[in-house]
Amino acid sequence: MKAETTTAENSMSRRALLVKIGLFFNGIIGAALVVPVARYLLSPVTREKKGGYDSWLSLGEVEKFPAGQTRLATYRNPVVNAWDGDTDDIACWVRNVDGQNFQVFAINCAHLGCPVRWFAQSNLFMCPCHGGAYYQDGSRASGPPERGLFQYTYKVEGGNLFIKAGEMPTPGQPVANKAGEKTTCA
Amino acid sequence: MRLIEKVGDWFELRLGLGKSIGEVVAHPVPRETASWFYVFGSAALTVFMLQIVTGILLALIYVPSAGEAWNSLQTLNHAVSLGWFIRALHGWGSNFMVAIVLIHMVQVFLFGAYKFPRELTWVIGVLLLLVTLGMAFTGQVLRFDQDAYWGLGIGASIASRVPVVGPWTVNLMLGGPIIAGATLSRFFALHVFVIPGLLIAFVGVHLLMVLKLGINEWPMPGRIVRRATYLEEYHEQTHKDGEPFLPYAAWKDIFFSAFILLAIAVCAVYLGPFGPSGRPDPTIIQTSPRPDFFFLWLYALLSFLPPSAETPILLIGPAIGIVVLLALPFVAGEGEKSWKRRPIAVLTILLVAVTLGTLTHLGGNAPWSPVMNAWSSLPIPSEYLDHRTALERRGALVFQVKQCHNCHSLDQQGGKRGPALDRVALRLNQDQLIRQVIQGGGNMPAYGKNLSPAETTALVAFLETLHPVGQTPAHDASRAVALGAGEVSPRP
Repeated sequence: MKAETTTAENSMSRRALLVKIGLFFNGIIGAALVVPVARYLLSPVTREKKGGYDSWLSLGEVEKFPAGQTRLATYRNPVVNAWDGDTDDIACWVRNVDGQNFQVFAINCAHLGCPVRWFAQSNLFMCPCHGGAYYQDGSRASGPPERGLFQYTYKVEGGNLFIKAGEMPTPGQPVANKAGEKTTCA
Repeated sequence: MRLIEKVGDWFELRLGLGKSIGEVVAHPVPRETASWFYVFGSAALTVFMLQIVTGILLALIYVPSAGEAWNSLQTLNHAVSLGWFIRALHGWGSNFMVAIVLIHMVQVFLFGAYKFPRELTWVIGVLLLLVTLGMAFTGQVLRFDQDAYWGLGIGASIASRVPVVGPWTVNLMLGGPIIAGATLSRFFALHVFVIPGLLIAFVGVHLLMVLKLGINEWPMPGRIVRRATYLEEYHEQTHKDGEPFLPYAAWKDIFFSAFILLAIAVCAVYLGPFGPSGRPDPTIIQTSPRPDFFFLWLYALLSFLPPSAETPILLIGPAIGIVVLLALPFVAGEGEKSWKRRPIAVLTILLVAVTLGTLTHLGGNAPWSPVMNAWSSLPIPSEYLDHRTALERRGALVFQVKQCHNCHSLDQQGGKRGPALDRVALRLNQDQLIRQVIQGGGNMPAYGKNLSPAETTALVAFLETLHPVGQTPAHDASRAVALGAGEVSPRP
């Protein structure tokens, strides 16, 4: 009788051990699978396969932007997919300061990203969402924004105006905080 | 009849569910809970089922692609039989669901139902509120129009402010560096797979606990909840004085659910589907993005927070709110249940309701937004121009051309961002007007660089005429003395 009980106990503990090994095995496989899943999920951040962010993009000929005026321009985002629809074309405001120097402002209000509109008569940008206003040089005039409009780095090359763009400017971005910086490599 | 009975028996032999279902629907509930106050939870479940059904119906046509979504919504509205009605049911269903979930939560809070032993039911309920709001926001994105596009921009701008990981969060949320095809696809996955999965799981646990722990008894002032004795008291109450849930209490749930479904259908028929508004084309900037109803309060709040405090409040506020809600049953798990003896609870609800109501109302009007076309579409009322000098009329022209009207109203017309100017000459004298126009301040831009001296003179001359007949405009008494004259001269 005693021997039988021992055998039963032994076989139970053997099966219990197998369950434990099985669970451990699953755990290892699971942990190994986490890596590709995480890499897949984080690909918008790590951008392993896609280059071309922050490319030089043409806004067209410089003549389109008369000196002393601020005009709306559009560019195509450098990284696109066939199913993006209208969302690849992005607007920005180009200010030709004096015929030599430019300022290119993001369309997005520095408060929460709504599209700001230019009013040439009062030389102000106004935002329709929460009433942020900016002067013609992009500096904050009034309202909830904490800072001036985001600016793109630009260059003039071969009679064309180029900006460095490819990412939606948001208040927390390191890129956005370098506003005002410009290169004038001709 | 005998055939039905036979078929029923056939299934019962194999499934064996009849007994447990019978026990569930006929479980005893406290007599007073058969009340119209106890119908909101079941109504929320009914609306959720409506959302599942209408959501599946919409998915038969809707194309979750940034290039096609807007067109497929137009097809649903105009080219598919009653597609507009299914869209309207789903849209109004979401409004009703958020509203009913909130009402249910208020009722549970005021009736002390979150106290022992129902703490976990409350915690799951808080999670259900969060996933319901998550459904509301992601659903608004799937209606891929201008509001959805710029709403995503607002979401990204808020997310980017998280310290350190903000920019990564934006990229994860948008599925890339800009709002594009990948953004809509991931919001579709969230709205259709991830969040509904969580919702169904949470609803299941929530209902299981309601059945297991029993419905909260009607709170009587003075009947105190104590961990040591509550379960026994509740058991006694339900078994000595209880009634079976079906039909004693359930008929009210059933009637109310039907009424809510009817209300949603009536709204859908008479008020129609929501949007879509303009194409989600970011180069069309003539747009005033507005969130859906349930986020208007947040939209309003964002215009009132002072710039320096906005980021901390935006990031910490929601976290504190959620922690407070989750901690509530653990802090106040015992004690008085009746709202008649919990004045702070009642005042809290009133305060939150008044705050949310006021902010929602303001969000609908958005008085802080400039009226973008006021300068070109709203003329100055003629009585403000009658019997004025040429200079003053020139000033009125400056007022229009320089877009002052976008932020300042005259005779109730125009923007409300700045103060109405109908009586401005009573408040500010000539010098103060000149200073305000040129230097701005008090949330007004400075116009010094944008106005020639002649334009400023004309504008101020016009502003000085803005006072009620018979009331003397403000003037600087010292100036008359300084000029050595006994009377005020209009301009040196």
